[in-house]
Amino acid sequence: MIEKDVLIIGGGPSGLCAASMLLESNLEVMIVDRGLSLGGQLVKQTHKFFGSKDQYAKTRGYDIAKILINQVLEHPKVEILQEATVLGLYKDKVATISHENMYKKIKAKTIIVATGASEKFLAFENNDLPGIYGAGAVQTLMNQFGVKPQDEIIMIGSGNIGLIVSYQLIQAGIKVKAVIEASSKIGGYKVHASKLRRLGVPIYVNKTIKKAIGTNKVEAAEIVSLDENFKEIKGTSEIIKTNGICISVGLAPSYQLLDMVDAKIGYIPELGGTVPLVDQKHMSSVEGIFSCGDNIGIEEASSAMMEGYLTGLYVSKYMGQIHPNYEELTHKYEQALNVLRSGPFGEKTSKGLNKMRELMTDVK
Amino acid sequence: MLNKTGVASKDLVLSRFFDEKVLARPKAILECYEDIPCNPCSTSCPFDAIHIGDNINTQPKLDPDKCTGCGICVAVCPGLAIIVAQISFDQAIFKIPFELNPKPNVGDIVDGINRSGEKICDAKILKVTLRKSNDHTALIEVSVPIEYLHEFVTVRV
Amino acid sequence: MRIHSHPILDFEEKEDITFMFEGKQMVGKKGDTIASALVNLGIDVFSYSIKLNRPRGFYCAIGNCASCKMKVNGKPNIKTCITKLEPNMVVERQTNKGEYK
Repeated sequence: MIEKDVLIIGGGPSGLCAASMLLESNLEVMIVDRGLSLGGQLVKQTHKFFGSKDQYAKTRGYDIAKILINQVLEHPKVEILQEATVLGLYKDKVATISHENMYKKIKAKTIIVATGASEKFLAFENNDLPGIYGAGAVQTLMNQFGVKPQDEIIMIGSGNIGLIVSYQLIQAGIKVKAVIEASSKIGGYKVHASKLRRLGVPIYVNKTIKKAIGTNKVEAAEIVSLDENFKEIKGTSEIIKTNGICISVGLAPSYQLLDMVDAKIGYIPELGGTVPLVDQKHMSSVEGIFSCGDNIGIEEASSAMMEGYLTGLYVSKYMGQIHPNYEELTHKYEQALNVLRSGPFGEKTSKGLNKMRELMTDVK
Repeated sequence: MLNKTGVASKDLVLSRFFDEKVLARPKAILECYEDIPCNPCSTSCPFDAIHIGDNINTQPKLDPDKCTGCGICVAVCPGLAIIVAQISFDQAIFKIPFELNPKPNVGDIVDGINRSGEKICDAKILKVTLRKSNDHTALIEVSVPIEYLHEFVTVRV
Repeated sequence: MRIHSHPILDFEEKEDITFMFEGKQMVGKKGDTIASALVNLGIDVFSYSIKLNRPRGFYCAIGNCASCKMKVNGKPNIKTCITKLEPNMVVERQTNKGEYK
């Protein structure tokens, strides 16, 4: 049994930022990450990030990953397990891990679950055909492995991920035949949409994919128009030839590990659906088990970083080894989060967080 | 309209432009039409010509008296939403951001494209700059006939 | 297909890795996962569903969806999208829940 002060599950932006605060508080930290490299989804983000200087605005995602990784990599009190999957989490703060073909057990005084989110799926006929990919998956293929998924793609979903990945597809030399959006307006930032329109990519609202067509793989997509109640309008079907379809219909928090310890889970659509509940200091309903990042509510990487820093700070206080600049930094990052969430794009999140607070109060 | 199509209306675009007298010198056109939390244009401007303020959701506003048209904001904007425009006799000269391959060459005549992705004119490439500090965003200086001042936005190679 | 020219990223030429797929010799690159090597080779079908035998392929790329599970070096249910490609790996499709002998 390996013993640590803090176990962080997930080495993406949120987990890495939490780690840096804990290491600065002189705590022994272990980071366990399932992927081939640390950095979570940042490593495949080739676009420049928004936000302000503290969130590394105008820096490309993969460079932000390098910065966050370097903050923790060489620290004497950190141990990092890469390509390590947490198989089980227990209430007494034990985690069982599969790593290098061995079964390992870690006992920590505190645990931070920063497992992020996974792509949602869309129900339509033949949605399991090869050639249909999650948008994030295509980003991984192109930007991490330098592989083109297909020659052409139809993108389903016009949120930020759908719009950004469409642009990145074009940068990789792949044709984007259309972006299809079910609601009556484009979901993501309009600057992303404008970039695509300039490049000749049509964006259609009030439409959705009804069926994927093909025998062993995708050959075409049937697109239909929708009314304001998202019901198909008869007679509007059109077939678009394509050998690739990307699904970008949102992310869902990866809450499963917290479910294992019977942490209270709530259903909050504004935060992405089923989500673990945490209090103002990011502690779940299980004593000593904390959570941050997309895992407790889908936002942007900038918010995940701020939440990570804050959770690291709160945990340092909880463990009685408070960060030397606790007051100054908690104030700074709390302020930053408020600003990130104060615009029109933050309304949904703020509503969701209020619901979480109510549900958590009921629990306590 | 912008919400449904991703294309800014003529009125919206004109609201960010300046009159002919001002455009005798190059000026940045900030096509940021939405409140999103973002401020690198403002913090990167060496002449303090872009104002956002403490609430970074505020859309940026350009002070044309301070702006020199240097193009730093063009390369820095994460949304590629800024271009520099200038009028010179019967030509409109632009500095635009470009993040695709292949890059055009100086002297090339390429397609001049509007905000809907349609070709509207021929565009002449005057300069192609790829500075390390701009982190893979090329700055292309291009001229089009002046009548396309408010329509032109990018080139297709 | 490999991306050779990219406006933002530098893709260095990496060394070849030979491996077996369904009895045929194939080539991937150092740094590939099994899945990325197969997609690059134009292989779309990774498995067939258990009841209805429907073709399945690469979907989520980060080990969540189980669409890419294959038999690798005799071990079934390997998530090929998060498993590094190694020289002389034997990769096969599985049409059942996987048997480990």
